This record gives sequence, C-alpha cells and structure tokens, in this order.
Amino acid sequence: MASIVFTPHLRAVGPLRPAAYAGATLAEILDAMTADYPRLKDYVLDDQGRLRKHIAIFVDGAMVAREIALTQPLQASSDVYVFQALSGG
Amino acid sequence: MSDRLFAATRKGLFEFRPQGGRAWAVARTSFLGSPVSMVLADPRDGALYAALDLGHFGCKLHRSEDGGATWSETAAPSYAGVEADADDPPSLKLIWALEAGGADEPGVLWAGTIPGGLFRSEDRGDSWSLVRGLWDDPRRKDWFGGGYDSPGIHSILVDPRDSRRIALGISTGGVWESQDGGASWTLGGQGLRAAYTPPDQAYDPIRQDVHRLARCAAEPDSLWIQHHNGVFRATGGIGRWEEIEPPVSAFGFAVAVHPQKPGTAWFAPAVKDEYRYPVDGRLVVNRTTDGGATFETLSQGLPQADAYDLVYRHGLDVDPSGERLAMGSTTGGLWFSEDGGDRWSGVQARLPPIYAVRFA
Repeated sequence: MASIVFTPHLRAVGPLRPAAYAGATLAEILDAMTADYPRLKDYVLDDQGRLRKHIAIFVDGAMVAREIALTQPLQASSDVYVFQALSGG
Repeated sequence: MSDRLFAATRKGLFEFRPQGGRAWAVARTSFLGSPVSMVLADPRDGALYAALDLGHFGCKLHRSEDGGATWSETAAPSYAGVEADADDPPSLKLIWALEAGGADEPGVLWAGTIPGGLFRSEDRGDSWSLVRGLWDDPRRKDWFGGGYDSPGIHSILVDPRDSRRIALGISTGGVWESQDGGASWTLGGQGLRAAYTPPDQAYDPIRQDVHRLARCAAEPDSLWIQHHNGVFRATGGIGRWEEIEPPVSAFGFAVAVHPQKPGTAWFAPAVKDEYRYPVDGRLVVNRTTDGGATFETLSQGLPQADAYDLVYRHGLDVDPSGERLAMGSTTGGLWFSEDGGDRWSGVQARLPPIYAVRFA
C-alpha cells in the first residue's frame, strides 16, 4: 500500500499522520480514503473532480504535473505527499 | 431592534453585541483566520450559516444550531456534472449570497455564487441543486464578470408575499425575477443606464452592473439599486427604474432600504470606479427619506480625514426597526448608528477587511 501524507492544514478533515491506503493511482487512494475521511476529497479536488489549483503533489520525491497527478500509476511502495502552494496574507 | 450583528471578514466571523450603554463589542469569534464570504441567520429556525472561502481548499458552508458556539460542515453548492460554457467546466469560486426561503418554506435556502449560478437547498444546506431554469437561460451567456473573472449573483430577494417570487441582482447581468420558484425568469431593468458600454448599449438591461439590489420589506415592489455608475429606484417591481442623482458620488457598492419606509435608503458613496475610496478621504453615508428627491450626507462620528475605507456591497445593513444601522469597511472599520444614520460610533476593535455585516 502506498503511504500518503497530507499538509497539516488539512488536519481537520484528513489524517494527522502518514496513512497507508491501497490504490493504483492518487484518484483511487482518495476514493479509498473517503470512508474514513468523508470531507477530505472536496478539499483536494474541485467540484469537477480536478485537482485544486494550489495543491501540489509529490510522489517518491518528485513533484508531479497537475494534469497527471491524479492518474499517474503509483507503486505499492510509493510515498505520496499532498501539499499546498504558499500564498495569501 | 436587533441586538446581534455578524461581520463576515477576511479572517473570520465576528459576532457583536451591545455592551453596557450603547457600545458594541465582540461577543464571539468563529473560524478565526479563515475568510468568511457570507453569513446568514435564518429567522425561521435560528440556525446560522457561514460561507467560507478557503482559497487552496475551496468554498465550504458551515451551519450552527447553537448560535455560533459550535459549527458543522454541510454540503456546499456544487457544479459537479454541469457542462462547460466554453472549454472550462464551471466550478464554485465564491458563495456570494445566502438567503432563507419564505416563512412557508422551512428549510429552504438560496445561494448565489460566482460563477453565476443560483442554488436552492430544501434541507438546510445538506444538499443543493443548481437552478437550471436560470443557468440554461440562453441570455445568461451575455453576463460578464464585474470585478471578478466570472459573473456572480450577489443579491437574492425572496418576496415576502409569495415565496415563489425571487428577484436577483447580478454583477454583471442586470436584475431578474422568477415568479415560479426559479423555473423561468424575466429580465427587468428598463431605465438602468450603463456609462461603461458603447452608447447604443447604455440602456441594455443585461449590460447593467448592479452592485446591490435591496427592497422595502413592507412594500416589496419598492426597490433600490446601487449600480456601478448610479443610484436607481423602482416603485412597481423590478421592471422600470428611475435614475437618482445622489450627492458626493454616484459610485458605490452598498444600499440599505428602510424596512417600513420605501422612500428611505442609505448609500456609501466612493470615488468612482477606477479608484474606489471615500471622496477626499472622508467617510460619509448618503440618506434619502423622500424617494431620492433630496439627500443628506451624514458624517457625524465617521472619520473625516485620511479615511480610505471602502464599503463593499454587503457591508451596510439596517435592522428591522429601521433605526439601527451597521457599516463595515475594507480596512476593518465598523460603525453603528442608533438613529437612522444621524450619528455613528465606531467599535473599539481593529478588524480584518469586512465582506458583509448582517443584523440577526
């Protein structure tokens, strides 16, 4: 199972610690997590199911282009980070 | 009199109460640090709703059953499954208006959003439906963004005589009304004038940048508009409008209408569109009590030098008595009046930029 870590900004709706979920892609992992964290997906994806603009995905140490971040195949040993861009005031 | 005011701000929701004497002070804070774009206190069941604009993580809606002590997240309006106008399928950018349905429709809520979708909930926000009668109206394609990239619905007026009659103010897309609960829509706005279009389109009702639409609760066919370049009044519903010449400036965002006196309304003028700050750095309120024939420019208690406070479209409210007013600004100023605007008093708090103030 891939290991997935979320920005602490999502602690109210997602896991506090690295979590392990089965899934061939990030999209599948987010689906699998819905049972445990029903609000999480709406914070990461917009209402059309697209990765939100200011969310950054890292897989095994490399940032993944947003266009493929949800569908890129993951390894069972992959480390996935769902982080956010920094902006605002 | 309302003894509770909510201020939705860039960094949270603030509840104000009068403390001893007449000084209003912060009684409770919610969502500190998070932008709150709109707040609604439902007069039918006492529930509170707060619309959050979390930026990175999207727009959310929360409900409180205990006056704001605790909140739980409900569903938010969603464009899931709504097809694209052009290349880009729509998604929720802002919850800009939240209103309760009629007294005979418990649980019904209306939400106006950017992009320009109107949503209806029949279960206190647990689920929402896009009002297709408006979204699919071909005339919607002639709306355009005013200040934001996409058009948006900022004013929703449910007619107190008939809950199926809904009037909307749209920036930019004029004023609309449905008499059948949203299934079909009429474009009003004859007489509204746009100074920013080619001359032959100046009176095109769909080109009108209505900044705020408000009505007299006791005489619902009496309405006022603060428009991008003017103030307008209607006395027979949203169809026909008369342009009014206010002093100081015709530009502004906000208008509040006296709940019993249809000829009494308040405005917060500012230097016109490309600048947007109080004329000469003096914050004032324009009040008419005779349907716009004359105005008084009220300034007692408001900063009269070096004030660069802009009052957004939801930043001015009047309570059901018609005497108590609140006004909040982009620089976090918040003032109350207990006498219809004759005298104002600022709160002793340095607040974040204020998006909306509402008595409850």
